Amino acid sequence: MHPILKLLVQRIALGLLLLFAVSAVIFLGVEALPGNTAQAILGQSATPQAVANLEAKLGLDQPPLTRYFSWLGGILTGDLGKALTNGADIAQSIGQRLGNTLFLAGCAAAIAVPLAIILGLVAARYAGKWPDKVISGITLSTISLPEFVAAYFVIYLLTQLFPIFQPVAMVFPGMGFWAKLHAVALPVIVLVLVVLAHMMRMTRAAILNVMQSAYVETAELKGLSPMTIIWRHAFPNAIAPVVAVVMLNLAYLVVGVVVVEVVFGYNALGQYLVDHVTKRDLPVVQAVGLIFAAVYIFLNMAADIIGILANPRLRHPK
Amino acid sequence: MADDLLLDIKGLVIEATAYPPGEPPKEVTLVHGVDLQLQRGRVLGLIGESGAGKSTIGLSAMAYGRGGVRLTGGTIRLNGREIRTAGPQALRALRGKEVTYVSQSAAASFNPAKRLMEQVIETSLSHGIMGKAEAEARARALFRKLGLPNPDTFGERYPHQVSGGQLQRAMTAMALCPKPDLVIFDEPTTALDVTTQIDVLAAIKEAIRDTQVAALYITHDLAVVAQVADDIMVLRHGRMVELGTTDQIINAPREDYTRALVSVRSLEHAEKTPAPPVLQVANVTARYRGTNFDVLKNVSIDLPAGQTLAVVGESGSGKSTLARAITGLLPPTSGRITFAGRVLSNDVKGRSKDDLREIQMIYQMADTAMNPRQTVGTIIGRPLEFYFGLKGAERDRRVQELLDQIEMGKGFAQRYPAELSGGQKQRVCIARALAAKPKLIICDEVTSALDPLVADGILKLLLNLQAESHVAYLFITHDLATVRAISDKIAVMFKGAVVRYGQKSDVLAPPYDDYTDLLLSSVPEMELGWLERVIEHRRMASAGN
Repeated sequence: MHPILKLLVQRIALGLLLLFAVSAVIFLGVEALPGNTAQAILGQSATPQAVANLEAKLGLDQPPLTRYFSWLGGILTGDLGKALTNGADIAQSIGQRLGNTLFLAGCAAAIAVPLAIILGLVAARYAGKWPDKVISGITLSTISLPEFVAAYFVIYLLTQLFPIFQPVAMVFPGMGFWAKLHAVALPVIVLVLVVLAHMMRMTRAAILNVMQSAYVETAELKGLSPMTIIWRHAFPNAIAPVVAVVMLNLAYLVVGVVVVEVVFGYNALGQYLVDHVTKRDLPVVQAVGLIFAAVYIFLNMAADIIGILANPRLRHPK
Repeated sequence: MADDLLLDIKGLVIEATAYPPGEPPKEVTLVHGVDLQLQRGRVLGLIGESGAGKSTIGLSAMAYGRGGVRLTGGTIRLNGREIRTAGPQALRALRGKEVTYVSQSAAASFNPAKRLMEQVIETSLSHGIMGKAEAEARARALFRKLGLPNPDTFGERYPHQVSGGQLQRAMTAMALCPKPDLVIFDEPTTALDVTTQIDVLAAIKEAIRDTQVAALYITHDLAVVAQVADDIMVLRHGRMVELGTTDQIINAPREDYTRALVSVRSLEHAEKTPAPPVLQVANVTARYRGTNFDVLKNVSIDLPAGQTLAVVGESGSGKSTLARAITGLLPPTSGRITFAGRVLSNDVKGRSKDDLREIQMIYQMADTAMNPRQTVGTIIGRPLEFYFGLKGAERDRRVQELLDQIEMGKGFAQRYPAELSGGQKQRVCIARALAAKPKLIICDEVTSALDPLVADGILKLLLNLQAESHVAYLFITHDLATVRAISDKIAVMFKGAVVRYGQKSDVLAPPYDDYTDLLLSSVPEMELGWLERVIEHRRMASAGN
């Protein structure tokens, strides 16, 4: 077996194992929450008999281990259960919102990742000179702004001063691609501003680290231009750390953007989760939590795998 | 003929900014007005110790200053054009086209993420010297000329897939591919094993001759440069000491400093008579954890008290692994180590404090073997505290005694390692080992990173200390001149096994086994035509087989 294949299988198996462990932690965490779901649904005035009846109906009277495995079994067959509060099928509710979440994250990533890497390369090329300082200054100030401040600033700028976009990012099924794109423009801008700095700084640092290598001096003594040296000789050796940070930011774009969703009234997973946390709708919280965990694990695994594939020593063993 | 003048350097001054610890930065002059002329097709050797400015001068032929080095004065004319003051664009146009560079460490100088062929032909394409097909054909021809295996497919490989000696040759091919006028060879064989060095040296020499290229050949090893250079310039502290033909420099040096360089390998040491051993290694076999390959195979050696056993071999032969096995850092899988009459635990964890104290180590890289944030006094004082519980004034007095022993005198205890020269750092490491009052010191390539004259001083010091304190040395080295200078007994290692072992006079006397013969005959000798003689001898021998 090719050693790289072995490494990949190992990584994927580890990812699945981790996901399994995380599912147990999520379940335990939700179990450990104080209070009683049936009581919460029925209100303070409910009789003990009514509470007991509802618990039996929801299956909450079963021992935790049984409930965990029936939940896990449901997930594996695509059944995430029903929301306690309104009886809606969770898988269905999540499906559409997950699409919205991924659309928003995808648009933001499609702009932020290439932009951050290009800015990082330029900053490394002019390290310590004014282009570097300008790039670092701007990206560091945007990352320092709280998201909602950035959001309101962008809304003020692009809907009031220059009325190009609508302040509310309403999307609905059946909307055309370009209309959707126009609708999410503002949250995408905010998210790009938020994630840019981290990836840019990492690219710059990784490139500068590689620039100390003897082979970069060799490239200089070959009379290559600085940008050629960075692009052809430094960047291929800086991919692994850059990808790791890119993946962390992608994960953030999927799971961490509830504030932006709320500000722009964008109907996606973050809002859905927060709504149901306040209503103590535990099956929904569990399901969304597991999806978020899966996204994190998958993206980090992808970073690992790309790092392995980018290493010529592993790709081409002796 | 004036037309033949390729490189004409006049009054070259090179400066840099130094950052001494605890002091404000200051300007230092590395090269003080050196003149240098090189005709087309000639090879000039630049020789000197580290700090002589030889690499700095060599790189100035590309108007390149490594690190913060600045070319501040004089003129550098290449092909009739002044290049010292040329702009970046003009420099890029000539680097990699008119002048190319071969570095000491080809392993670090190749981009690990790119195939060799892509890197070898890169300048030929980027400077528009030839098309891709032509460049690849030329590269393959150069691979063949330089004796690389499978020259037609060699370029498909990545740097990590070929050996250090092959990379050094590939870098030579990379330098020659764009048909430059001048190649700078910067210690191209210094990092190689002696048996590999001779092949690479022969390949480089032949390639220089066949391509009619001019070269600056930089090295600290006079015997090596004598094989390839037409003329030699001796440098010291950024100034020229002597310039002459290779024959004149080797056989009739005019300056004292040159004479010292020529005679540096003449240190002799009379072998001591056999005596009862302090260290006995019996049938030791060892492997690294998680592998199924023995890196030490049934090794047995004895080392008498107060004597020196030299362990010689190429890199990967198991020399340093033997040291790790003796110290217990790599517990042997079988075999026994007896020291001062008692059997030592195989694993370092099972050894007593006295066991640990009586075996000390000195390493090749004195730099990395000391904590840069501790003073010399703290470094040497630590074993005094740890093993003998010395404190305060008593400890300081003993530290000074040790400093006197290593001939460093007063004032050094307060200094930091960064304020010391390479030789002084190694002396401090020796003092630290001595502080433990050991019966055995394992010296792992302790002079390999040092200049010949400095290394000579360290060897003399070690011999004096042995006479005073009767300590035994296990001296690991790949340098046979060092072996002659210091050893009483010799063990030759090859692929994890001892292939030849005994008193120095026996080991270094014929008849030799094949490997020892190869090793001994590969050591460059300071005479003209040595390289050709050895290569011819080997050709005859292999034809005879």
